[in-house]
Formats: sequence, structure tokens, C-alpha cells
Amino acid sequence: MSYGWPILSTVTFLPLVGALLIFALRGDDESAARNARYIALWTTLITFVISLLLWIDFDPTTPKFQFVEERAWLGPIRFHMGIDGISMPFVILTTLLMPLTVLSTYGAIKTRVREFMIAFLMLETLMLGVFCSLDLVMFYLFFEGGLIPMFLIIGIWGGSNRVYASFKFFLYTLAGSLLMLIAILAMYWEAGTTNIPELLAYDFPPEMQTWLWLAFFASFAVKLPMWPVHTWLPDAHVQAPTAGSVVLAGILLKLGGYGFLRFSIPMFPLASVDFAPLIFALSVIAVIYTSLVAFAQEDMKKLIAYSSIAHMGFVTIGIFTLNMQGLQGAIFLMLSHGIVSAGLFLCVGVLYDRMHTHEIAIFGGLVNRMPLYAAAFMIFTMANVGLPGTSGFVGEFLSLLGVYQVNTWVALLAATGVILSACYSLWLYRRVIFGEITNPALNLIQDLSWREIVVIAPLILMTIFFGFHPNPILDVTATSVEALIADFNANLAAAEQGSPAQAE
Amino acid sequence: MYHAILFLPLIGALFAGLFGRFVGARACEIVTTSLMFVAAFLSWIAFYQVAIEGNDIRIALIGFMQSGTFETYWSIRVDTLTAVMLVVVNTVSSLVHLYSVGYMDHDPHRERFFSYLSLFTFAMLALVTADDLVQLFFGWEGVGLASYLLIGFWYKKPSANAAAIKAFVVNRVGDFGFLLGIFTVFYVFGAVQYDTIFAAAEGKVGTTIKFLSWEVPALELACFLLFMGAMGKSAQFLLHTWLPDAMEGPTPVSALIHAATMVTAGVFLVARMSPLFDLAPYALAFVAIIGATSAFFAATAAVVQTDIKRVIAYSTCSQLGYMFAAEGVGAYGAGVFHLFTHACFKALLFLCAGAVIHTLADNQDMRRMGGLRKVIPFTWVMMLIGSLALTAFPLTSGFVSKDYIIETTWFDHTPVGQYTYWMVLIAAFLTSLYTWRLMFLTFEGNFRGPKEVRDHAHEPPWTMSVPLIVLAAGALFAGFGFRHLFIGADKASFWRDSIVVSSGAHHDVPLWLLLSPTIAMTLGFLIAWYCYMWRPLLPFGLLKRFPAANQFLFHAWYFDALYDRIFVRPTKWLGNFLWKVGDGKIIDGLGPNGIAARVLDITRGVVKLQTGYIFHYAFIMLIGVALLITYFIVAGGALQP
Repeated sequence: MSYGWPILSTVTFLPLVGALLIFALRGDDESAARNARYIALWTTLITFVISLLLWIDFDPTTPKFQFVEERAWLGPIRFHMGIDGISMPFVILTTLLMPLTVLSTYGAIKTRVREFMIAFLMLETLMLGVFCSLDLVMFYLFFEGGLIPMFLIIGIWGGSNRVYASFKFFLYTLAGSLLMLIAILAMYWEAGTTNIPELLAYDFPPEMQTWLWLAFFASFAVKLPMWPVHTWLPDAHVQAPTAGSVVLAGILLKLGGYGFLRFSIPMFPLASVDFAPLIFALSVIAVIYTSLVAFAQEDMKKLIAYSSIAHMGFVTIGIFTLNMQGLQGAIFLMLSHGIVSAGLFLCVGVLYDRMHTHEIAIFGGLVNRMPLYAAAFMIFTMANVGLPGTSGFVGEFLSLLGVYQVNTWVALLAATGVILSACYSLWLYRRVIFGEITNPALNLIQDLSWREIVVIAPLILMTIFFGFHPNPILDVTATSVEALIADFNANLAAAEQGSPAQAE
Repeated sequence: MYHAILFLPLIGALFAGLFGRFVGARACEIVTTSLMFVAAFLSWIAFYQVAIEGNDIRIALIGFMQSGTFETYWSIRVDTLTAVMLVVVNTVSSLVHLYSVGYMDHDPHRERFFSYLSLFTFAMLALVTADDLVQLFFGWEGVGLASYLLIGFWYKKPSANAAAIKAFVVNRVGDFGFLLGIFTVFYVFGAVQYDTIFAAAEGKVGTTIKFLSWEVPALELACFLLFMGAMGKSAQFLLHTWLPDAMEGPTPVSALIHAATMVTAGVFLVARMSPLFDLAPYALAFVAIIGATSAFFAATAAVVQTDIKRVIAYSTCSQLGYMFAAEGVGAYGAGVFHLFTHACFKALLFLCAGAVIHTLADNQDMRRMGGLRKVIPFTWVMMLIGSLALTAFPLTSGFVSKDYIIETTWFDHTPVGQYTYWMVLIAAFLTSLYTWRLMFLTFEGNFRGPKEVRDHAHEPPWTMSVPLIVLAAGALFAGFGFRHLFIGADKASFWRDSIVVSSGAHHDVPLWLLLSPTIAMTLGFLIAWYCYMWRPLLPFGLLKRFPAANQFLFHAWYFDALYDRIFVRPTKWLGNFLWKVGDGKIIDGLGPNGIAARVLDITRGVVKLQTGYIFHYAFIMLIGVALLITYFIVAGGALQP
């Protein structure tokens, strides 16, 4: 499907236009803040509506890149965009979460609203760019550039210990991204192009694949994050404002998983096979280790952050099963986690707006004053636990089903996560929501406002809808995942025969 | 009609849950209860059409998950087994709804209560009408959720919250096995649909798969893992610890969920998968052993409980053991038949206990009851009927189903069969003992509580007494009324192929075997009568003489303490250790903090930190990109292929 206008660029750069509009705003602080909020909300809403065209006109029967735009840019680096069944749902997830998040900041962000909205809209453009790029250098620019606004968001609007959190974030990602940069240079040196579709068809020599795989792995593992490079995430979440946490958990964590799907597996299939046991080992450790650690947390955001790491463990397990169920499960789990963790962090944000803390011990008995809130939190908690009938179940189930066919040890150990997640999630819920109100400061706490309901309700509806009817998403991703597996197997078969694969 | 049976409770649940706060509690009660009665009525029609006339129903609703060769659908499958469950679930559920109108009269959150009750019913119906293992698992976890919500219904009580979490988590331990069981089935059969599995089952005998590090028989493994789920849901030995604590929930909930329906899901599962279990002799033996052990073990614990609901809870656990024992020796029909009769008399007992508790201002401690026969004679009669059925008094429904199980286990001449026989026979004796102990402590002798409580005691209102009468009729007559269908001459044409019906040669039951359960029952009654009526001080003497034995039984063999020691506490400790030492000292200490400290030393004082690091980062990245681009522009042309 082609339009008379470049729809992918429109979706990607529309938020940037909004950011420029806000930048141009003049007037006293109060009205500028109000206008900035309006512009940000409308920009993200319109972006979302336009992005729906991508879903409506998407052709799920072909694994090829669609809505492709290509024009000259910087010498061999061409401006090249396009999406397939793997990236399209992430684009929609991003454009969907953004207006909700902007709306959620109305009560939370009171200082430097204009700057916040600019950073936020830039962040959206950069994240969308990651999913749409079909050029390796473009991808890298978006991938790393997205961290700058995130830094600003944590560093300026964050909590009391934001310096430490950002520093940690900085050190981790710097190491990873530099290695990836070197790998990109090497790839260009070898293949003579940075065009992703061409690179997908190129066969890198086996030894080189190993090094390239490790370099990309360094970057993606930090982003996901995988054990043991995960410790930046809980600190970043705790210090970040609610909106920052929502985007961090909802979208930024998925960049690593997307990277594995887009680069590591199709471009370095031999290395992926060799390193799959490593990934399985780290993922299983992540699932068990971080679930246990989550159990010991005293801060709501930290608990949810650790739970996110455990869920990402399921994702990496699913990806490296390299079969239909595992891969589709991993993709579904990432999308579902995007919705559910966003919902959970928004729920924590609701409390933070009222009490200015996310320490668990402060709360208790909230259901007495906030029945609607309790119901919303319950639904997200159950989705986090992976209860069938919520979207959380589908991804976990398919990933585990996938890995069971590959390695039963991994399946068995990872499946203990379903027990542990129930422990820490219900324990959190009980301490925050149930019981009597013992803290007098909570005596007058208010239930969800209309604005908060508008933010949270769509996420609840999607959690339940995709829990009962996940096929719309599974169908969209099916063809691309099938092609990914077919290419992968063809590459392996060719390598076994000792001759380079002749991909088209 | 079948859609209505399944979705009417859901509509009721949504109505009460979403609009309850606008329309008020009374409207919710009326709507949910009447929808349930309609569903129950339709279930009986379905029972007639499917089980009696033999018209099985398959309705595909919509697709659920599809990924590669893995496909599941939302569907409604009604065969005889499902029809039996529909009747049990909807009948008991509608009666419990009605009963709750009276019982929960003073509760401020009735909208929520009725919403949960109907939600539970929907999940249970989804479970029994499933056509594949995944929808079954949906219902399975759905009833777990409803159970969690209802146990913790009085959320202000810390004990109720703890019990709710415990129930959910212990069930999850079972579900962990269940999930792996589903994966095994898919791995072996390439499908999760019942019909596909059952058709291929014969051919998979002798197939082995690699599980963990060993080659194991595929069918045995699948059945064993699936049964692990059943152990959790049906509170069987080792995974039973949540059920007694679940009594923290309102009593109607105990009657519906923790006696009549949800806890029987495990029994249903084994019956549903009987074509598989029948080909897995070791797994089946395991079922028999666990069932028999549970029957005995829970009965010993029930003998010394002081809380009236906990006695009945342990009794439930024990009776579920009977059902598994029957299934374990291949008598699936007998297991389901006991499920059917047990639903009547156990729901009756719980609802009667609820009436007693209700009338005594929420006292559940039998040590502060007594002499109630004269105060609430109607409740006494109802409870007496339930007790007679539970102890298998001749001609009651429990007699028909339970004695048949005991006889059947005898005819399984393997060591496992003999173990099972003796365990369930001793359990029959214990059942009689604890049941009559309960009756005597509650209704005979003198009232031991405060006098004003006794003066306020009254018979239940009609909303509570009508369900009692209906269930009492079931407890008396359901046995002989349905005997010929479930386990009698017509069983093959009744069950058809919904479960495996052992054609088994007709045994001549020797007289001693026929009488053995009744003798055990009589013995139990006599000892209870001697201890609690004739010499009421004797139990206290025994208590003083053997305090350790009493404590051992009272705490149900100390399983809670054991699990706390070997699972709960180490987990908490490990969580803390990994957090503080693993993340804190090792990973952060060696990695970012160590480096950060050095970097901080250098940068401190040079730049203003708050903005410095951001610009540093951006700067490094931009330099990198700039270098890269420069490189491409300069060298790019030469490298083009």
C-alpha cells in the first residue's frame, strides 16, 4: 500500500514538529505550560491516529518491508524507512502509549512543563525512528539518541537521587553502544553497505559473526536489560518521574528485544546458535534471581522494575528458541508488557501524585478509599502474574511452549517464574491495597479522577481484549516471523554444507 | 441455550461488578441470582438432552491463540461428563446465591460479593465446557482468581488476606506442573484438542521423550504433570495446605467453591483425561496413592479440629481423596459419581454450618457451642441429613457412592489397590468419628457460650432454608436416583466416550466386603458417642495425656511449619541476600559504582555534575557519529560494491 505522501516519515517526525511548536511558544509561564500540554497531547493523538493507518493498510501476507521510503542522505547512508510484521506493532504501541502518558503528566509535572514536553516529543520521534529505520546508521542514531531525552527526563524531573541513577544508566549504555558502533563500522567494512535489507541477505563469515554478535549483544543486553547488567533499571525507575517510567518500561526496554530480532538472529545466525545456551542461562537466572529480589523490595517502583527484568527474561528465552511459538510469544510478551507495565507504573504514579512517595510501607488499606483504583491495580497485577484472560498470559505461555520443544530444563526453570511472580505481585497488592488504613495521612486520599480513568481505562481494555483474543497481533507478526525462521534455517543448512547461503 | 448456560453468569458478574455501585445491592442480588437459576434450569435440560438422549454438543466460538501449528479455540463442548458438571455447578451455585442473600444480609459490599460469585461460576463453566487443555487452563486459573478474591473478601482481616495469597500461590505450584503437562501434550501430540489427543493416545504408548536429562515415557510424564495441577486445585496431600485456611472466606463461598465445585476440578480433570491416564499405569497408581493418603491424612486432622468449618474443610480434602482413589484404580465413573453426591451433602453441611455460625453471632468455635438441637431444630435436622450422607449411612447418597468406591479399590489386587482399600476404609471410620463428634459438640449437651448469644439464636430466613431443603433432598436421594446411570447397568450408554468406562468383569462382592464400610462407620459413631455423650470428660483426659499427638493432628502433621521452614523462609532470605549482596555488593560494587566512583573523583569540581554527564554522553555519541559519517563520506565511494 502506498500513499501519495510518506506516511512513515509523517508518523515519525510529527512529534518533532510538535516539539518545535512548543519551542516557539511564548507567553507567561502559566499559559505557556497549558499550551505546551495541549500541543503535546494533540500532537501525540494525531500521530496515533495516523499510525493506525499503518495497521489498517498493513499487508500481513508478505514478510517484505512495507511503506518503504528511500532517498539519498549522506553518501552511502541513505534515508531508508520501512516496517514489517515485527516492527509494525511496536510502532503502534509507541504511538498509543504516548498520548496516555502525556495526559498522565498533567498532575505530576508542574515545573518546566514546556521543556518536559519538548523532551518527551523528541523521545517519541527517536523511538519511532528505531522501529522504522532500514539503515544501520539511522538505526544507531535513533537508538542512542533516544537516551538523551530520557536522561533529561530523569535528570531534571526525577527524584532525589537522580544523579546516581543517571550515572549508572550512562555507564552501562555507553559501554554497550560504543561496542555496537565499532561493530557497525566493521559490518560496513565487510559488506559495503549499511542498508538493512541488504545486510539481512549478506552472509558474514562465521568468526566475524561471533564478534559482531557479541558487540550487538553488549548493547541489547544492557537495554533489555539482562542479568547481570540489569542494576541500572531499578534505580532509573525509582528516580524517573511516572511518565519516564512508563516510557522506559513500556517501550525503551523493548528496543533490546527488537534488536535481537532485527539484527542478531537474521544477520548472525551461526553465532546465534552458538550463543543460544548463554542466552538461556542468563535468562533463566534473570527470571529466578530477579523474581526473588522483587520479593524483598520495599519500594513499589523497584518491585515492578525487577518484575520487568524477569519478564524480559521470558522474552529472550522466547526469541532464542527460534521456533514459531517462542518467537511470536516473545513479541507478544513485549507488546503485552508494554501495556501492562505502563499500567502498573501509571498506578504507582497515581499514588505518587497524591502522597509523593512509592514506599510500600506508607500505604495499606487503599481499597477502603479507592475502590476503582483497587480494581484497576488488580487487573494489571493479574496480567503481570500471567493470568489467562489477560494479555500477560499469552506471551508467557507461548514463549514457554516454544522453549519446551527446545530444552526442557530451561522450560522447567523458567516456569518457576509463574509461581514467583504470583508471590511478589500478590504480596505487593496486599500490602498496598488490602487491610485497614493505618496511616492517618491516607484518610482523605481520593479515588481516581476522570482524567486518570481516561488514561488507565484504554490499557485495561487492551489487557483484557488481547487476553481473550490475541490473534489480531499474532496474525500480523506470523508471516514475518515465519520468514525469519525460514531464512535462519536456510542459512544454517547452507553453513553445514560448507558453502555460503545464496539468499536472494 | 448452551451459550446462555455459559454466559448468563458472566452477564450477572459484569452487571454487579460494573453497575453495582449505581443500582444498589438488592438489584445485584436479584439479577445475579435469577440469572443463575435460569442457567441451572437450562443445565438440567442440557443434562437430559446430552446425557440421557445422547446428543453431544460442540460449538466453536472464536479462535483463541494461533501460532504456527499451535491452535486453540474458545468453544463449548458438552458431553455427558460436562453435562454432569454443568448440573452440579449451576445447581449448587444458584442455591448458594440464594442462600447468600440471607447470609450476607448485613454486609456492606454485597455487590462485589455477588459479582465474584457469578464470576467464579462463569470460570468454572468455562473450565468444564472446554474442548482443549488451554481453555481448561483458562477456567482453571479463573476459578483460582475468584477463589483468591472470595477468600480475601473481608480484606480488612490480615488472616483472610494471608489465606487468599496462600491459596493462590499453592495453586500456582500445581499449575506450574499443569503448564508443563500441557507443553508435554503439545510436544507429544502436536495438538491440545481432546479429540485429537485421545485419538492418537493408543499409538503413543511406549513413546519416550527426553525430559530434563532423562528419557521418560511420554504419556506417564504428561499425566503425572497434569495431575500435579489437580493436586493443587483439589487440595490433595502435599498441596493441601491452602484449603483449611481458605475457610477465612464467607461460608457460602466455602460451600460453593471449597467444597462442591472448584476443588473438584482436579477430579474432573483426571476423568476428562481418562483416555490418557488409562494408558499410564504408573501415573494412575500415583493418583491412587495420593488420593488414598489424602483421604486418610485429612480425616486424622479433622478429628481434633475445634473450628467447625475447619472440620468440614479437612473432611472435603478427605472426600476428594476418595474420588481420586476411585479414579486411580480406573473407576472414573465412580469418582465422578462421588463428586456428584458429595456436592449435595458437603454443600448442605457447609450451609448448615453457616446457619449455625450466623445464628451464634459469627462464632465458629465448637467449644463454645452445644445444645443447639432444641434451639434450632430445623438446622439440626438438615445437618443431620448431611452428616448421615457424609458418613455413608445406609440408603443415603453418600452410602451409594462411597461404599462403591471402597469395594472397587478392594478388587484392584495390586499392592497399590490394597493400600488404597485399607486407607479409605480407615478413613471411613475416621469420617464417622469426626462427623459425629461435630454433631454432638454442636447440638447436644449444654450450650457453652455466652447466654445472650443463645437467646438470640434463631432459625434461618427462607432464603437460607430453601437451599438447605433442596440440598438435603439431594443428599438423601441423589445416590439411588442416579446410581444406575453413573455406576450401574446403564453406565456405558450414559457416559458413552466422555470418560473411560471399565467394562470389567462383574465381581461377586463378598458379604464382609459389603459390610466393611458400614461396620467402620458404626464403629466411628459408637466411639464418638462414647467419648462425647457417655463420658464427655474423656477427650479432655486424652488431651492431657497425649498433648503432642493432639498438636500433631491439630496442625495437620505440621505441614505448614515444614513448608515455612523449607520454602518460605529460605525464599525470603535468598531474595534479600541476592538483592543486598548480589545486586548491591557484587554487581554494582564491581561494576558501575566502582567505576562511577573513579569517574566522579575526576569530574567533581571540573564540571557541574547535574548537567555534565548528559552532555558528556551526548558529546561522545555525537563525536562518534560525526566520525562515522565523515568516514563514510570520505571513504564511502571507494567501498561501494
